[in-house]
Amino acid sequence: MRIALRNCGLIDPEKIEEYIAEDGYFALGKCLTEFTREETIKEIKDSGLRGRGGGGFPTGLKWEITKNVEAGQKYVVCNADEGDPGAFMDRSILEGDPHSVIEAMAICGYCIGADTGLVYIRAEYPLAIERLKIAIKQAREFGLLGEGILGTNFNFDIELRYGAGAFVCGEETALIHSMEGLRGEPTVKPPFPSVSGYMGKPTNVNNVETFASVPVIINKGANWFNKIGTEKSKGTKVFALAGKINKVGLVEVPMGTTLREVIYDIGGGIVNGKEFKSVQTGGPSGGCLTKDFLDTPIDYDNLIAAGSMMGSGGMIVLDEDDCMVSIAKFYLEFTLEESCGKCTPCRIGNKRLFEILTKITEGNGVLEDIERLRVLSNVIKDTSLCGLGQSSPNPVLSTINNFEEEYRAHVVDGKCPAGQCKSLLRYDIVEDLCTGCTLCFRNCPVGAITGERREPHLIDQSLCIKCGVCFEKCKFNAITLI
Amino acid sequence: MYKIKSLDDLKQIRGEVQSKNSLKRNGENTEQVVQIKVGMATCGIASGAKEIMKFLLEECEHQAIDAQIKQTGCLGYCYAEPMVEVQLTDAEPIVFGYVDKKRASEIIEKYIMQGEQIGGEISISFKTIND
Amino acid sequence: MDTVSLIIDNKPVVVKKGTTILEAASGIGVHVPTLCHMKLDDLNIENKPGGCRICVVEVEGRRNLAPACCTDVNEGMEVSTHSLRAINARRTVLELILSDHPADCLICAKSGNCDLQDMAHQLGTREIHYKGEQSHYRKDTSPAIIREIDKCIMCRRCEMMCNEVQTVGVLSAINRGFDSVVSPAFEMNLDHSECTYCGQCVAVCPTGALTEVDHTGKVIHALSDKTKTVIVQTAPAVRAALGEEFGMEAGTLVTGKLVAALRRLGFDHIFDTDFAADLTIMEEGTELLNRLGKHLAGDKDVKLPILTSCCPAWVKFFEHQFPEMKDIPSTARSPQQMFGSIAKTYFAEKLKIKREDLVVVSIMPCVAKKYECGRDEFKVNGNPDVDLVITTRELAALIKLSNIDFKSLPNEEFDNPLGESSGAGVIFGTTGGVIEAAVRTAYEIHTKKELPRLDFDELRGMEGIREATIDFDGLPIKIGIAHGLGNARKLLEDIQAGKSEFHAIEIMSCPGGCIGGGGQPYHHGNADILKKRQMAIYQEDSNKSIRKSHENPYIIKLYEEFLGEPMSEKAHHLLHTKYFDRTE
Repeated sequence: MRIALRNCGLIDPEKIEEYIAEDGYFALGKCLTEFTREETIKEIKDSGLRGRGGGGFPTGLKWEITKNVEAGQKYVVCNADEGDPGAFMDRSILEGDPHSVIEAMAICGYCIGADTGLVYIRAEYPLAIERLKIAIKQAREFGLLGEGILGTNFNFDIELRYGAGAFVCGEETALIHSMEGLRGEPTVKPPFPSVSGYMGKPTNVNNVETFASVPVIINKGANWFNKIGTEKSKGTKVFALAGKINKVGLVEVPMGTTLREVIYDIGGGIVNGKEFKSVQTGGPSGGCLTKDFLDTPIDYDNLIAAGSMMGSGGMIVLDEDDCMVSIAKFYLEFTLEESCGKCTPCRIGNKRLFEILTKITEGNGVLEDIERLRVLSNVIKDTSLCGLGQSSPNPVLSTINNFEEEYRAHVVDGKCPAGQCKSLLRYDIVEDLCTGCTLCFRNCPVGAITGERREPHLIDQSLCIKCGVCFEKCKFNAITLI
Repeated sequence: MYKIKSLDDLKQIRGEVQSKNSLKRNGENTEQVVQIKVGMATCGIASGAKEIMKFLLEECEHQAIDAQIKQTGCLGYCYAEPMVEVQLTDAEPIVFGYVDKKRASEIIEKYIMQGEQIGGEISISFKTIND
Repeated sequence: MDTVSLIIDNKPVVVKKGTTILEAASGIGVHVPTLCHMKLDDLNIENKPGGCRICVVEVEGRRNLAPACCTDVNEGMEVSTHSLRAINARRTVLELILSDHPADCLICAKSGNCDLQDMAHQLGTREIHYKGEQSHYRKDTSPAIIREIDKCIMCRRCEMMCNEVQTVGVLSAINRGFDSVVSPAFEMNLDHSECTYCGQCVAVCPTGALTEVDHTGKVIHALSDKTKTVIVQTAPAVRAALGEEFGMEAGTLVTGKLVAALRRLGFDHIFDTDFAADLTIMEEGTELLNRLGKHLAGDKDVKLPILTSCCPAWVKFFEHQFPEMKDIPSTARSPQQMFGSIAKTYFAEKLKIKREDLVVVSIMPCVAKKYECGRDEFKVNGNPDVDLVITTRELAALIKLSNIDFKSLPNEEFDNPLGESSGAGVIFGTTGGVIEAAVRTAYEIHTKKELPRLDFDELRGMEGIREATIDFDGLPIKIGIAHGLGNARKLLEDIQAGKSEFHAIEIMSCPGGCIGGGGQPYHHGNADILKKRQMAIYQEDSNKSIRKSHENPYIIKLYEEFLGEPMSEKAHHLLHTKYFDRTE
């Protein structure tokens, strides 16, 4: 079911006529000529649309709050600072259907009383920027942006603001500071942007996918939209399927679809027929779910209850070869680099978490470290300033909660069950099987193997870098990997 | 250049574009019988869609095929980029994946010119808002 | 008035709407600890980035802990500031900060005055459970300020001071994540930046990340050098604050003990910068009257308002930020430099020694004075008029080092001829004081009448920008006062825009004036301390028998014996200066 992606792959994004042919700008026309601002907001509220950027805040309510703040100048901001590694639905929408976002921003501007829209888009998306620029230009030429749109007295225009690719700038207060030319770091809410946002004016921030759903809701009606999905999560959600899955790509499914349907039916199952181990949802701040959750219908609340989150819709599938400690470490490394450094728990706490995880994957962990990770993770969640810090320990907590035995294998048995943590691997030569052919000896890049021809060889563990060349080269299965 | 000044203006444009498109679909527009779309989002371009687009343009001209070749956004099947959708008159559109030059010339020579099924198409299973 | 009722630590509280949990708690004697938060009441200075997360408290029904400093109270809120969860979180956050902080407390310049150290003590931290990499940055030494930013805890107080209060804009957070730190842009050294050395960053830094350059060692060496005559001058604001370093109540005047301590330290002559302040008034006041006279005579080229030039940070500020206005401030040197110049000429001649054999030491409430004394225009053949500057804090350290029991010292008197001063010289130490002193003298010179009153309450106070009109016997003189460079900027922008109607403006860089200088005992965010120091200054003024600069007998004598008259050629040479465009 494609709503946000409805025109992607269908129309030429650089031709406004093709968008119009698919009922483009009719939602805006309907709002301006048939609906009052209140009625439009009611439609969005009734549809049950929630923010697709990760927070899941009801979109109509956000519009209503911003509308109700008295101010001469207000702003509509589109958050196109898509920063989750592996998520690219916003880019696809902007590249494939930029007008849907422009139209929705204009509708939002009409509702809240703003005449200026700003798209905060990452500079790493040159094609999206290019197509958006073309689309804005065409919309202006057609009179769909500018003054007196569709013969009414509604004025609205859109400007672009470029982000330098800081993940934290997806947080709305940080995004606004970045647009103002300040350091991209969040401030305490309240005040919310709806009250005091860009340049201190009431500002409504929504993400690309949220906006892209709006024209359909207006055209098809709230009742059409809210029949799709689950009780508290309406409509569809785009997921970026990646990892050990056969059909990597973007899928848009109704809320309430199960993980199994997405991974097996749409994604075509696990690569090379390996066994499913976990699925990581919600981007770097999300969590890793086990196969027990495969039949859980996906919606905002179920994912949170399961210890993960919707986030912007990243979905990374892991198989039996993935080490969960390393996965937690991978995500944490990302947040570590993307933390703005403003608050202590995120700045230093995540660093310490990362160091403990590194210690574990290098085989130096102790049992106490697992508890230490838990305690510290909970404090970071409890005390961080913004959503980034508050959710940054999620990959750690969810992997400990769901795969504690794997952590224990690292620290108690000194083993990495998935065979990913090199420091925990050990290659040995089985004396009885070794023929002394010297093949391993000749291929070892660090000279860790010694032995006379036709005599059993020996690996010096202190020199071995666990590259596995000997293991691959040996023709007699004389090398074991523990 | 139109300046749309009212909802009626908008409706008029929609009508014009839609009827032009349906003419093509029904083969009533004799000029361009084949419609080809190339997925030209970042994912497609990164996999070589620009080259395929260029190749299709050149080949169709070379073979004197009246094709309308245009770019479009991402269909979501990133694993199978570059992707090319071909719609022949009176036929359902077919999406081909993993299109390299060899595959592209096969599409032109076998499917477009001779109507021969060449297999390997990607089944599009999602519902649209109009379903 | 809208009020909110809530419960904090099981006690019901009613507070004004818009109050933070921190303020509401403090009203009932619950002092939630903070590191980054700082509020200087009456000065409109507040830092609350909500970054340190030490002040987190548990709010019933809230998903995560709330930072008390920037969470407003709500009706019916139930807050626990010391629940297990809050204490555990607070201690963990502190341990995290400590895990990235050098543990050199024993030898840190800030030891005993460090908010972080106090916090570790208050929270009973006995073990740091988190160990790992620590941040390392280059130590940056400038003429006045040392940045040892391994010790930065990202409280952002300095950044707020530098940007919002002073509008100097040198310090800001750079880098991301664990590498974040407050620094000049591109990690430049301070002396390559537009830093004014006002030292307000030092004044508010909770740790030892920002400190003054320590010259106590050089002073000890000078004092032990038998070939040198070492004299000392002490700035007005020092006597109103030094006592704090010895546990005395803020606002205690310790002038007599200060003199006694300096004598015991071994200085050969104990002089007073207040004397030079009187001299400044003679020169600056005359300059004001000259410009005013020309203005009244219709001279279109004359520059008004005249701006005071006593404050070296202010001088450096306009040299960087408003170089096109560098002919507006008075050309009079600051009291410190006038003192040095007179000491190394007039006084050296009296002693019949070469200037090279005379060492002039200043005790200043200020770190910028360390920079000022090194400016080339204040040197003769490479020999500076003022050799060494130490702050009030450094003097306290020197007194302690020299085994002097400060509190039990007797009161002693300054030496002559450079130790006598009027009350006008004393009030240089506070915002409004320089202009009040100038008014006392300029009035009498201009009108040739005796002032009917000496206390100009309309010029006193703590508001950032003040203005008053003083009646010079029928001639209304409009006076502006700004303290804090951000406030100064506003007045300068008015001048630039041609909107300023003032005849004279006093500018001091530090909030409160020199009493709030970057070299003073740390106020730890308590603005009351500044107010008490200010009261002490005015008290010293009213205690004086002579309260107008031009009545200081030693000033009169100095002009008679040496300078001739104010603005004479000799005075120009020794007591005036010029300014530089530092944007080039």
